[in-house]
Amino acid sequence: MAFLLKSAHIVDPALGLDGVADVLIEGDRIAEVGPDLAAEGAEIIDLTGKYLVPGLVDMHVHLRDPGQEYKEDIESGTRAAAKGGFTGVCAMPNTDPVTDTGAIVQYVKTRAAEVGHCRVYPSGAMTRGLKGEALSEMGDMVARGAVAFTDDGHGIQDAGMVRTCMDYGKMFGKVFMSHCQDNSLVGEGQVNEGVVSTRLGMLGWPAEGEEVQIARDIQIARLTGARLHIQHITTARGLALVRAAKDEGLDVTCEATPHHLFLTEDAIDDTYPTVMKVNPPLRTAEDARALALGVADGTVDAIVTDHAPHAAWEKAREFAFAPFGMTGLETSLALMITHLVKPGVIGYGRLVELMSIAPRRILGVEEVRIEAGATADLTVFDPELAWTVGADGYESKSDNCGFDGESLTGRATDVFVGGMRTLAGGSVC
Amino acid sequence: MAFNHKHLIDITEYSDADIMTILETAKAFSQVNERAIKKVPTLKGKTIVNMFNEPSTRTRSSFELAEKRLSADTMNFGGSSTSTVKGESLIDTVMTLDAYKIDCIVVRDKHAGAPYMVSQASPAAVIDAGDGKHQHPTQALLDLYSIWERKGGFEGLRVGIVGDIGHSRVCGSLVPALKIMGAEVTLVGPGTLMPARPDVLGADHVSAHLDDVLPDLDVVYMLRVQMERLEGAPFPSIREYHDLYGLTRRREHLMRPDAIICHPGPINRGVEFDSYMADHPERSVILDQVYAGICVRMAALYLLLGGADNGLSA
Amino acid sequence: MGTTTPKAVIMDETAVNRALTRIAHEIVERNEGTSDLAIVGIVTRGDILARHLAELVREIEGVEVPLGSLDISFYRDDFATHFAPEVHATNIPWDVDGKRIVLVDDILFTGRTIRAALDAVMDMGRPRSIELAVLVDRGHRELPISPDFVGKNVPSSRSENVRLYMSETDGRTSVEITDVAPGARIGSAPLGGE
Repeated sequence: MAFLLKSAHIVDPALGLDGVADVLIEGDRIAEVGPDLAAEGAEIIDLTGKYLVPGLVDMHVHLRDPGQEYKEDIESGTRAAAKGGFTGVCAMPNTDPVTDTGAIVQYVKTRAAEVGHCRVYPSGAMTRGLKGEALSEMGDMVARGAVAFTDDGHGIQDAGMVRTCMDYGKMFGKVFMSHCQDNSLVGEGQVNEGVVSTRLGMLGWPAEGEEVQIARDIQIARLTGARLHIQHITTARGLALVRAAKDEGLDVTCEATPHHLFLTEDAIDDTYPTVMKVNPPLRTAEDARALALGVADGTVDAIVTDHAPHAAWEKAREFAFAPFGMTGLETSLALMITHLVKPGVIGYGRLVELMSIAPRRILGVEEVRIEAGATADLTVFDPELAWTVGADGYESKSDNCGFDGESLTGRATDVFVGGMRTLAGGSVC
Repeated sequence: MAFNHKHLIDITEYSDADIMTILETAKAFSQVNERAIKKVPTLKGKTIVNMFNEPSTRTRSSFELAEKRLSADTMNFGGSSTSTVKGESLIDTVMTLDAYKIDCIVVRDKHAGAPYMVSQASPAAVIDAGDGKHQHPTQALLDLYSIWERKGGFEGLRVGIVGDIGHSRVCGSLVPALKIMGAEVTLVGPGTLMPARPDVLGADHVSAHLDDVLPDLDVVYMLRVQMERLEGAPFPSIREYHDLYGLTRRREHLMRPDAIICHPGPINRGVEFDSYMADHPERSVILDQVYAGICVRMAALYLLLGGADNGLSA
Repeated sequence: MGTTTPKAVIMDETAVNRALTRIAHEIVERNEGTSDLAIVGIVTRGDILARHLAELVREIEGVEVPLGSLDISFYRDDFATHFAPEVHATNIPWDVDGKRIVLVDDILFTGRTIRAALDAVMDMGRPRSIELAVLVDRGHRELPISPDFVGKNVPSSRSENVRLYMSETDGRTSVEITDVAPGARIGSAPLGGE
């Protein structure tokens, strides 16, 4: 199968590409990049006015499979990813059973190969059962394809345990991804501690509950020499800690989500909207502004969604009973274009770094260049397409999207994964 | 005067005029409660469900009595037998109650926001009888009534609230209500018992030292130390708490001669007070508050279930 | 509130005073004096008339009879179909047990107000008897209630409103008939006139 992609605006900052050209895909690879290409027998797709970039990767996604397939499964989750323009996602290990052995990693990879609409890079638990008490079988998981270790959903409470994980696991060369949450400060916290927790009478989840563990994990990364990636960072001071670690030369990276960038605690009003209940919680407008600056200046390495689907009935509960998390795969690219690229905060080159190049580099998965010989993992989006979130439903099994009803500009139209078309004219293949 | 409310969930949605209407109406009901026959046919044929998803004997009794004295049909629902304990969601429970064709649901729940959820799931009028650490509007109204009876008004009145403010749904309604009525509010307690942002509630001043503020107060509102609600260890011992924040005879010389003492009950003698202050014949209005609870709840039910003017019927 | 157009003045101040004086004499005569007599006016207007009647009885008999006012808001049977009325204080600072109570209202119409007032008084105790004095009986009774003392019988249409204005609250004393504008409420004049 061959595709000739005509007249797309190609952006690949790794190659310094930022202009209109044609791309010929043959088999699973890019065969040629250049002006006015022609190819006998190739399906020609006119991409005039659209952008073509290295395939986007969301390095923080909950596919809920195995165990909670009523919320999402590998088929529906990767379908949502394709719809959102992604060629790959990193699956979090808080499945049931927990992804803490090679067998579960194997299952996720096998299942994704069978039914997936994008690549799935499984991450494995740092500690057995995500309990923070004993090492998981990291070697076994790496052997079956795990790309990273994380206890996402939980902060590891014991500093010594973090050290043990890093000291042991660093031999595999994978990144350790930290969900930072000190339970002695966070407790049963529901929303950001401050104005909203006081007004609504809910337990507060203080910024410091996150910052304390960011600081700690940076220290332990220095101590052990392990690679550290801070997940879903939310506060100005947390970002300052990461910035200082980078300045020091430590191998520390971090990610931010669109909901922490573009929503604040003020979205939680007297109606107790459980869709806005996420972990870490939505923070202040000041924090959101600091995150946007971090995205622009490079302190934030990657944009991730923390796509966390939940059944409608689970969210239709008292706020304290509702689970944390919102979906994000189908809105991430559009939110970034609408709120950061269009207003001029970042350019398309930086967008590609945040959503494709950095996630691939941090996870250590194959890097993609828009050049001959590269694997044909490509994302095409229309930067001017205006649409309303949720107006045509969602590909995800769940609809707990905090941006439902919002008008956005820009949307993926075509996606190729290893030369296979997974999104065609906005429809998932 | 138009009283345009369907629910009593968030006291901040009520104006000073609305609150005065409730207090004036409560005063009229006070006359009923003083009679030999303490019952009027006002809500004859109306059905009210007391949905208490967490135990509360006092508040429920007060509502139940208020409802019965208005001749409403009442049903208690909840407690340890509540369906939510059996796994049914709150919304499903409310839809079940709704099928009984009811007019009003009085909601007590340990979760903040539950009364709002009930109001979204049911066409009935909803009264918040305390939700989590959020609000307890009828408690605030009965407190205002008791203060009004003794002080005649609120403008410029200096009210100090002492104790566990951070875990208090009473404060969630009382502080904003006092501000709506024009009072000046000081919160008193250690940092461990303060909310993250006292200013958001509307507090004018915050102090950790009772003796410093006592001389300025017209009303000293002692909060119950809710031992069952304290997650950690907010103070070292009852002994030290009583020493720092207990309203005791040895502190009386610091109080204004006409300062009154309130408490939402039930009181802990030896913690918030000594018996001298709890039972003080001139200062303590604690039992007046209990009585005010019936009158204020009758008034709220009367005004909320009162027909066309609040949009319930044509 | 819909506007009302005055149609006719049925009683002027002289007529009202004359009627009250006659009723006061009738009350004393019917009760053979003032023993156990008490006068209760229904707010708002009946209580003002009651005050006048008590004053007149004092002039006639030289005796101060117990006077009270009654708010029937809590006893209305139209609660579900009308707005919650503003509640005025009931003030009956004496024991109703054994009293011969004269209930006073301004305009007798359907009888529902009196039904409510009877219930309200009964809930306060056990009077020996209750009699009803009204300034105007305009007919259209919906309940088996008839007045013992009437100032004036005024045949009226259901589409008309008959209202008493008193100098104390309205700046003039008169009984007037008006057409009821669509949507306007039939009943007592609002306090302080329109």
